[in-house]
Amino acid sequence: MRFGIVIFPGTWSDCDFHHVITEVLHQPAEYIWHRDTDLSRLDCVILPGGFSYGDYLRAGAIAGRSPIVAALPEFVARGGLVLGSCNGFQILCEAGLLPGTLLRNECLQFRCQATHVVVENADTPFTRSARPGQVLRMPISHGEGRYHADRETLARLKANRQIVFRYATENGEVTQAANPNGSVANIAGIVNEEGTVLGLMPHPERAAEASVGGTDGLLLFYSLLGSLVEDATLLKR
Amino acid sequence: MVTGAPPKVTLELALAHGLTQAEYDRIIALLGREPTYPELGLFAALWSEHCSYKSSRLLLRRLPTRAPHVLQGPGENAGVVDLGGGLALVLKVESHNHPSFIEPFQGAATGVGGILRDIFAMGARPIALLDSLRFGPPEESQARYLLGGVVAGISWYGNCFGCPTVGGEVAFAPEYAQNPLVNVLCAGLVAPSRLVRARAEGVGNAVLYVGAKTGRDGIHGATMASESFEEGSEERRPTVQVGDPFTEKLLLEACLEALATGAVVGIQDMGAAGLGCSASEMPARAGTGMEIELTLVPQRERGMTPYEILLSESQERMLMVVEAGREAEVQRVFAKWELDAVPIGRVTDDGLLRARMGGEVIAEVPVRALTEEAPAYERPAARPAWLDPLLAFDPRTLPEPADPHGVLLRLLGSPTIASKAAIWRQYDHMVGINTLVLPGSDAAVLRIKGTPRAVALATDGNGRYCLLDPYQGGAMAVAEAARNVVCAGARPLAVTDCLNFGSPERAEVMWQFAGVIDGIAAACRALEVPVVSGNVSFYNETAGRGVLPTPVIGMAGLLEDAERRMTQWFKADGDWVILLGDPDGALGGSEYLALEHGRLAGRVAALDLDRERAVQAACLAAIEAGCVRSAHDASEGGLGVALAECCITGLRPLGAEVTLAAAGRLDELLFGEAPSRIVVSVSPAELDRFERIVGEWAVPVTRLGRVGGDRLAIRLGDGRRLAWGLGELAEAWSGGLARYVV
Repeated sequence: MRFGIVIFPGTWSDCDFHHVITEVLHQPAEYIWHRDTDLSRLDCVILPGGFSYGDYLRAGAIAGRSPIVAALPEFVARGGLVLGSCNGFQILCEAGLLPGTLLRNECLQFRCQATHVVVENADTPFTRSARPGQVLRMPISHGEGRYHADRETLARLKANRQIVFRYATENGEVTQAANPNGSVANIAGIVNEEGTVLGLMPHPERAAEASVGGTDGLLLFYSLLGSLVEDATLLKR
Repeated sequence: MVTGAPPKVTLELALAHGLTQAEYDRIIALLGREPTYPELGLFAALWSEHCSYKSSRLLLRRLPTRAPHVLQGPGENAGVVDLGGGLALVLKVESHNHPSFIEPFQGAATGVGGILRDIFAMGARPIALLDSLRFGPPEESQARYLLGGVVAGISWYGNCFGCPTVGGEVAFAPEYAQNPLVNVLCAGLVAPSRLVRARAEGVGNAVLYVGAKTGRDGIHGATMASESFEEGSEERRPTVQVGDPFTEKLLLEACLEALATGAVVGIQDMGAAGLGCSASEMPARAGTGMEIELTLVPQRERGMTPYEILLSESQERMLMVVEAGREAEVQRVFAKWELDAVPIGRVTDDGLLRARMGGEVIAEVPVRALTEEAPAYERPAARPAWLDPLLAFDPRTLPEPADPHGVLLRLLGSPTIASKAAIWRQYDHMVGINTLVLPGSDAAVLRIKGTPRAVALATDGNGRYCLLDPYQGGAMAVAEAARNVVCAGARPLAVTDCLNFGSPERAEVMWQFAGVIDGIAAACRALEVPVVSGNVSFYNETAGRGVLPTPVIGMAGLLEDAERRMTQWFKADGDWVILLGDPDGALGGSEYLALEHGRLAGRVAALDLDRERAVQAACLAAIEAGCVRSAHDASEGGLGVALAECCITGLRPLGAEVTLAAAGRLDELLFGEAPSRIVVSVSPAELDRFERIVGEWAVPVTRLGRVGGDRLAIRLGDGRRLAWGLGELAEAWSGGLARYVV
């Protein structure tokens, strides 16, 4: 299985994802330049955090229209998985690969802090190693992470079990106080209808080693590895 | 469009540029003629205090800058120390005080941008930022406006760029109300073989302009930063540059990628005094000259004059010297990152900076005249008469506090001591996934990936101490910064210093400055840490009133084993609470005196450098041996505050029961301040081993009590008992500053 980590101008979590995948999980990974469109050798594409194009216009707006993102629908259609974290989530929403949008944090300030999220759907390729209802500790680091969608979209997300993570207390209670940015329904991460594209504001790569932020984020990577190995359609090597 | 002739150069014009008559005469003598208008601009900028260090240069020579591990001392973009194992640490702190007062958001943001460029201009990848900030009391709306703007600017620039902001300090005092201090420190990592310097070596080599385009912003920034403020300084907004962290991030990646080609000979940031500064300093260091054509400089405004192109301080630009014939290799890299990289000239052998505009020579100046031959002043220094009455004040003439319980809560809630989480949660302090100890302990600790090692970083500097005793204050800043790094388990390695003072044209300021320098030098010698880089910021005064003399010491330390890193908070019930160092503190210059009595007076506690060295060595040995559970420097607010912080700053608050048995006044025991003191906690199983290890140094070791319970209980020698609930301590500490950060 092979991971591709996309670099847009202004991306900065690329090296962190690369470190976790290659040094912690000992899996092959390569960097993909934003102008590239050939994803045929990859099983999973990661859109990392950062300030692609300086967040100019809107966070993710310009990167969401780049050649690499235009190539993602075809990649997903043939069974590839896409994980967008932080700016990656913003880009996926801007590109229309995920519904809804990410607004300025309710507090109007940047927030870098530990958060807890509860796993709402453990049947996705990104969460299958987690228990339903399991609480994961992963940090956030963003100024525009307040998830928003209209009522019909929210109803659809709910009905299709597309809401994967919600901000919660350490004990898994979804409360207003546990919501760091004012996201509607405490939404921290969602998938597309097929469950093959995940966007989340927290940083799983910052919670992949005990010495820096804990290891809860590894569950996402383990899930991915399990999905990629066990599902033959996803395994190309 | 270029219309009309440039203004005629006269003495009046030179004076309007901030030069003195003597300096103007010196220019004419050096050139053998009147300068042209652009040349006058070059001299005014490069001979400004900000660029030339003309008032400080002679005194700065007193600082120890050499050590076997120093790969690069002061005088370059940044200092460099060898970490061994094929890695070097690049370190520099710089001020952006003046711009941050005029326009706090952009002033602070471009301060971050400037220091980042200094680090990656050496070929290093920045790994951490720290900010040392000073403001007036936040009860005042102007201080809150400045604090909010500065923090937002730092947050915006650092977060977008993607370098973690991991620490620093923030202090508040009335003397900073009209002159806030914004000092930014950056550290980076590089393989020593990849180090690059700001030198224009190799006659015939190409000079490339890389990065953002040049506009009219920031012209006269260097001269603005070399003057005091008067009423209406806010009118100077156009002299403040505007930053673009996105372009800076591209510039970082492009520069490091270009360096990897091996075609780059030297780089310098175009910061203060812009292209004119880099195009003269780079050849001056290498003993060469430089010829540039200004029409080739990428511009984002029409009709810029040669004067403006030479002196613009537009951000996110570098001047790069590239091996002749290999320009295309570098240009390819910059094209990939969608940045300009334009050959604008050549390195020459004639020692001149020759600038042409459309072929016509508009400036031709010996580079040495702009740099080494800049004036250096031995300014008059005199001890101020107002000092003696301040020192004569004896805090013991004040009554002991009637309500010590309330005093500790007020101290914990005072903005200087209170939790800074409301600030640092706005900074990405984790990107890079190296931050092992997050903001909120004595020092930040960052791992070095691929090795078992880690770097510890801290900043420190107490203006009140320096006002009362410049020498002691300077030495104590170094001692405390080193102690902070030691409390994190690291061996102090190198200092970068930012010296913030009032006008050097006032004798008392120069006296303070010289005293602080001597204090820093003495402490650096005693603790064996060289000064590898730094910055002087004078003229931090408004309408004749200066800031507290404030040296900010940035200290870097190395942990051979990252697993031995240490934090300041108590870890487990039943652990021993032990004080390394003397229990006695002094109230002179203390936070207590300022907060409770509104006084800045008295004598500060004496610093015994041998004792300091022993305390640090003992603490570090015990930490390295693995028999310490926590270590916290007891500084502002004294032992009372230090003990409370040990209880409440961790994830899980823990109480303690301690006895301060020494005879003495309650306020001195609880709130008196003194150097060379560290509160550690030690598990009962390790107590013997701990005491054996620290016993090898001549250091007082006092068992104060034990960790445990849900309160901090302190019994005094005279039998008095005081106790605070963990909840009330945490509430005071958490809310003290947060309410002002909006």
